Amino acid sequence: MSIPIIVYVFIFSYRPLKGLVMAFENYRPGKKVQEWVGWKNFGILFKDERFLRVIRNTICMSSLNLIFSFLFAILLAILLNELSNRHYKKLVQSVSYLPHFLSWIIVTGLVANFLSSDNGVINNALIQLGIIKDPVQWLAEPRLFWWIVAFSHVWKETGWNSIIYLATITGISPELYEAAYIDGANRFQRIKYITLPGIKSTVVILLIMNLGWILNAGFEVQFLLGNGIVSDVSETIDIFVLKNGISMGNFSLATAAGMFQTVVSIFMLTSANYVAKRLGEERLV
Amino acid sequence: MTNHYLKRSIPDRAFDVFNIFIMLLLMIVMLFPFWNTIVVSFNDAIDSIKGSVSWWPRKFTFYNYANLFRTNKLINAFWISVSRTVLATVLNVFFSSLTAYILSRKDFILRKLMTVFLVATMYISPGLIPTYFNYKDLGLINNYLVYIWPAALGVFNVIVIRTFMNGLPESLAESAKIDGAGEFRIFLQIIMPLCKPVLATVALWVAVGAWNSWFDTYIFASSKQWLSTLQYEMMKLLSSSIIQSAQANPNAAATTRANTVTPMSIRAAITVVASLPIIFVYPFLQKYFVTGLQLGGVKG
Repeated sequence: MSIPIIVYVFIFSYRPLKGLVMAFENYRPGKKVQEWVGWKNFGILFKDERFLRVIRNTICMSSLNLIFSFLFAILLAILLNELSNRHYKKLVQSVSYLPHFLSWIIVTGLVANFLSSDNGVINNALIQLGIIKDPVQWLAEPRLFWWIVAFSHVWKETGWNSIIYLATITGISPELYEAAYIDGANRFQRIKYITLPGIKSTVVILLIMNLGWILNAGFEVQFLLGNGIVSDVSETIDIFVLKNGISMGNFSLATAAGMFQTVVSIFMLTSANYVAKRLGEERLV
Repeated sequence: MTNHYLKRSIPDRAFDVFNIFIMLLLMIVMLFPFWNTIVVSFNDAIDSIKGSVSWWPRKFTFYNYANLFRTNKLINAFWISVSRTVLATVLNVFFSSLTAYILSRKDFILRKLMTVFLVATMYISPGLIPTYFNYKDLGLINNYLVYIWPAALGVFNVIVIRTFMNGLPESLAESAKIDGAGEFRIFLQIIMPLCKPVLATVALWVAVGAWNSWFDTYIFASSKQWLSTLQYEMMKLLSSSIIQSAQANPNAAATTRANTVTPMSIRAAITVVASLPIIFVYPFLQKYFVTGLQLGGVKG
């Protein structure tokens, strides 16, 4: 029974690997024998200012996403833990997880609606408050694009990301809180000296694991919210591959870019796993 | 929850009130965009353009929805979305748990080797272009099966289900074997029913993923209109409206159109239709979503 499964996995996951030779060729569709060019495509890539720019965009956007989703998720977990009414807590949790299950299409649609210069809610509110006079074209502002992406991530994923921290906090012994209370520690002191140290190791390990994904800033948000005006800051490596490969037919260059991303990611992920494991063991000892 | 039996000081109470208020604000931030979209989808399209329709429809109408389902295009896209979701979920749950069962059998000699063979695929991704050429060789481009075959097995799901199966007592399968049940029967009649919680979780993951996906349509099936999904139709509308809001003069659009639907109102209506199934099942199945996350954390 395992034979068909192995064949299936081979066809869908291993067979495409042979396409990676395209990165070392000057691939032209339809030709029987492809011209072998060795590392030339990688040379072109790293001299290409567009490629260096998409690497910068990718790293900056994933760092921003990482920092903000961590901060907000931890904050939410702590505040949820401090809620004394269980039903209310449950309700807030349910509501905050919900956006995680909606597609980026829907979420970017909502973001675009809100930021729209044509009676978008944000613009209307700012005008009514007298902060701005004319509607701002938020999505056409290169300086703001990364922040809009980071904010969209926060909106969609904060609730979901907080689950793991909340689980860790729930695991902290209540005796610690009681003892601290008897010793006269107030709410903030208890959060600072018990809750935060209690989740520290989880935070560190998750942070390291997530650093492994730094070259994968995703492409859905950037692709969906991006437009010609902000393309210099919105394009990630994935979009570069998509544009060069599928739209422009520059298959070899796109494959090389994708391969670079995969190789770096594998290296980062295995080292992140290794470090996280080491830290995890130290924690146990 | 931590210390409700203790007497509270005034700063403590102030913090509680503040916290409850912040959480209320958070819920509004999370829910208002949906509410607003629902309101716009029930509001007259031309009237919506004038703006500030936020909490309640000003000119109530079903026209946006009626218009949505008047064109065959969207009805068809809806059925493609539904059918691909159902098929992918059924196949993926079945094959993933079958694979997990094989890997959980202690007497299977190639167990280790096969696990490595599968897990390696989670790290080594061939990338978009080689995948495209692979599908092209397999004849999956512009073919309905491109939605089904690649989704028929998930390695991560296999690992999660296997971890769960490893927790089941060995003796169950053994006694069934003594009673004369074949491997396949043991899997179907003994193991699968016991794995219900984890299978429900995996089914939800797959279903949500399939329902939400649009990228495969965009890359592998965009030249056949009949293969379009609801999400992809939304994506097309969305990208046109982003370009509009980023470039065009906003006021021009409002007056020139005489018909009674606008991209804004169509999009609101599709957003509601596309998110409805998820919002509808979510409250009932939430516990499966969350237990799944914890199961996923247990590495095999």
